[in-house]
Amino acid sequence: MAASPSELMPPQPPVAKGPEFAGNLPQRYSADRLFQIAAWGATAIAIAVLGWLLYDVLSQGLGRLSWQFLTSFPSRRPENAGIVGALAGTFWVMIIVAVVAFPVGVGAGLYLEEFATDSWFTRLIEINISNLAGVPSIIYGLLGLAAFVRLLEPITGGRTVLAGALTLALLVLPIIIVATREALRAVPDGIRLAGLAMGGSRWQVVWDHVLPAALSGILTGVILALSRAIGETAPLITIGALTFVPFTPGCTENFPYFNPADLLRCPVNVVQSPFTVMPIQIFNWVSRPQKAFHENAAAAIIVLMVMLVLMNSVAIILRNRFRQKG
Amino acid sequence: MTAEFLSPPQTPSQWRPNRRRSRRVEALVRAICLMFAAISILTTVGIVLTLVFETFDFFADPFFRQALWLNQLPDLLPDASEAQLLALSDQIEAVDPTKLFDQTAEIGVEPPSIVAGFFYGLKRFLTDNRWTPLFQSASFGVFVLISATLMTTTIAMAVAVPLGLLIAVFLSEYAAPQLRQVLKPVLELLAGVPSVVFGYFALLTVTPFLQRLIPPLQGFNALSAGLILGVSIIPLVASLSEDAINAVPQDLRDGAFAMGATKREVIQAVVIPAALSGIVASIILALSRAIGETMIVSLAAGQNPQPIDGNLGFINPLIPVMTMTAFIVQVSLGDAPHGSLAYKTIFAVGTALFLMTLTLNIVSYWFVRRFREKYE
Repeated sequence: MAASPSELMPPQPPVAKGPEFAGNLPQRYSADRLFQIAAWGATAIAIAVLGWLLYDVLSQGLGRLSWQFLTSFPSRRPENAGIVGALAGTFWVMIIVAVVAFPVGVGAGLYLEEFATDSWFTRLIEINISNLAGVPSIIYGLLGLAAFVRLLEPITGGRTVLAGALTLALLVLPIIIVATREALRAVPDGIRLAGLAMGGSRWQVVWDHVLPAALSGILTGVILALSRAIGETAPLITIGALTFVPFTPGCTENFPYFNPADLLRCPVNVVQSPFTVMPIQIFNWVSRPQKAFHENAAAAIIVLMVMLVLMNSVAIILRNRFRQKG
Repeated sequence: MTAEFLSPPQTPSQWRPNRRRSRRVEALVRAICLMFAAISILTTVGIVLTLVFETFDFFADPFFRQALWLNQLPDLLPDASEAQLLALSDQIEAVDPTKLFDQTAEIGVEPPSIVAGFFYGLKRFLTDNRWTPLFQSASFGVFVLISATLMTTTIAMAVAVPLGLLIAVFLSEYAAPQLRQVLKPVLELLAGVPSVVFGYFALLTVTPFLQRLIPPLQGFNALSAGLILGVSIIPLVASLSEDAINAVPQDLRDGAFAMGATKREVIQAVVIPAALSGIVASIILALSRAIGETMIVSLAAGQNPQPIDGNLGFINPLIPVMTMTAFIVQVSLGDAPHGSLAYKTIFAVGTALFLMTLTLNIVSYWFVRRFREKYE
């Protein structure tokens, strides 16, 4: 133990009594009160700053939020500018991140939790994943620039939706793997043993019984990973996402511009399109000098935060369902 | 399911498990999952290879060889006059560095070796006191950027460590369960705010507010960027430290209370020392997050590298500075062409950044293993 009892209570003379034994209680209690006030205060400060931020964004941006703002392309005139290009870019990037990162992350989690034996390779992967979680996101951007934009240019087409999505997929992979492993670990072993006792193979047991039981936990992790990806700016700037995009990926030329069916109709148009995303649009508007663009940025932040809160609510609902079952 | 009951009962001889097929499927699934798990290793390998190759390429750039050559001219030609040296320097400088070393014969002075140019580049990177890679007379003192990163990080940690720890103590030791249930999602909301939003807040709200208190504060500055960077990592410190504090067994607290300690004494002398390895791990993780954070500092801290000299601009939190990440963003937005010196510079800076966070990761790993207290 780090703290020995002697630190708590200095040894008293054996026949201490009266004021000597009071242990200076009033002073100790007032120190206690101070400490408690500090703990309260720290929590209050954090909440106050969050409140200030939300109030600031809402008061600046609500006035700008309109149907026109949601459905217009960017413009040099702040009052005509909108976010439809950024919204479509964010949707497409998120869809591809989910399509790539979900199977890979869950597969890796399954391997580590259900198939792997405790070998040097497994330990290496584990150390590696915890290490990757500490790598700054902008470094993933440099990797994406070298690997997806340059090296795999024939496939990705350069600075495109696909290159951005693959970069973000690598970034959120550790989150999905860790969440999958936790969800799988929460499934009682009895289910596995019962399945194996019935003669099922390991994979049959996992596919038919363990995965369904762990699914809501896994989905929670995936949604949280996507909500991390949706706010990421730095790696996408590094791979060279555009800041002014007067079009949307895909081949839907008119409103609402974003059509998931494009992924089947014209996949190349979608994945090999230059793009921008919401956080980059916000970054671009914030870094301009005119005040009207700052209001646009605040309005775009409101839209982004609403998307984040919606995703997190779904995650919380799933998590609660998961808890009840477990 | 129901179909099995409706169909005529099958005799055991008809029912054959297709074991070979299920074994094959299992082997296939296993191989695919192994491949997916290996992708995480490939990511690390990819990061390291990218950084090593591109950084190597940066130091091997002919620019450094040319600069070294110009530097060495007086030593190579001890008998030449000032005017001759100047003419020769002009002749060397007039040639594009990438083509220079095909034409060395015309100049008549032996150029330095490629290896010498490489180490000269490394030396310039570590010892220059300016950062002007995009200028004509380029300097590459990476410590200019590192000092700015350290300044914003120090301010951020001064905010995040005390507040984060106190919040962790409050949540685990003082808050009633109902209050905790309300506060946890609020903290999660704070953790979920994208960094570009914090950047907006720091630049357009906090800086004008602070300017009323500190008039000499400039529009871009390390102070408000650092403060908001600190706020953005509070949830990380708070939630990880709280987990560590919650893992301390109740018996330890009860024992200390029984000895007559007050609540604060129990927390300070028993709970926090017992949770120390987890708390330190959370602080180190927050530190590496602060070092690598990009959007807050590139929006609010500015784009002005301050030379490391007697003016002490590089430790002044009131003026614009440029952090490592802000430089990478600046070059990326300018869309540096592949192969240009600016393009290679961002990888050299990225390598310095990666080495810093990697060191922190290793320290954290070592510390947690060395000092972890285990309780049954």
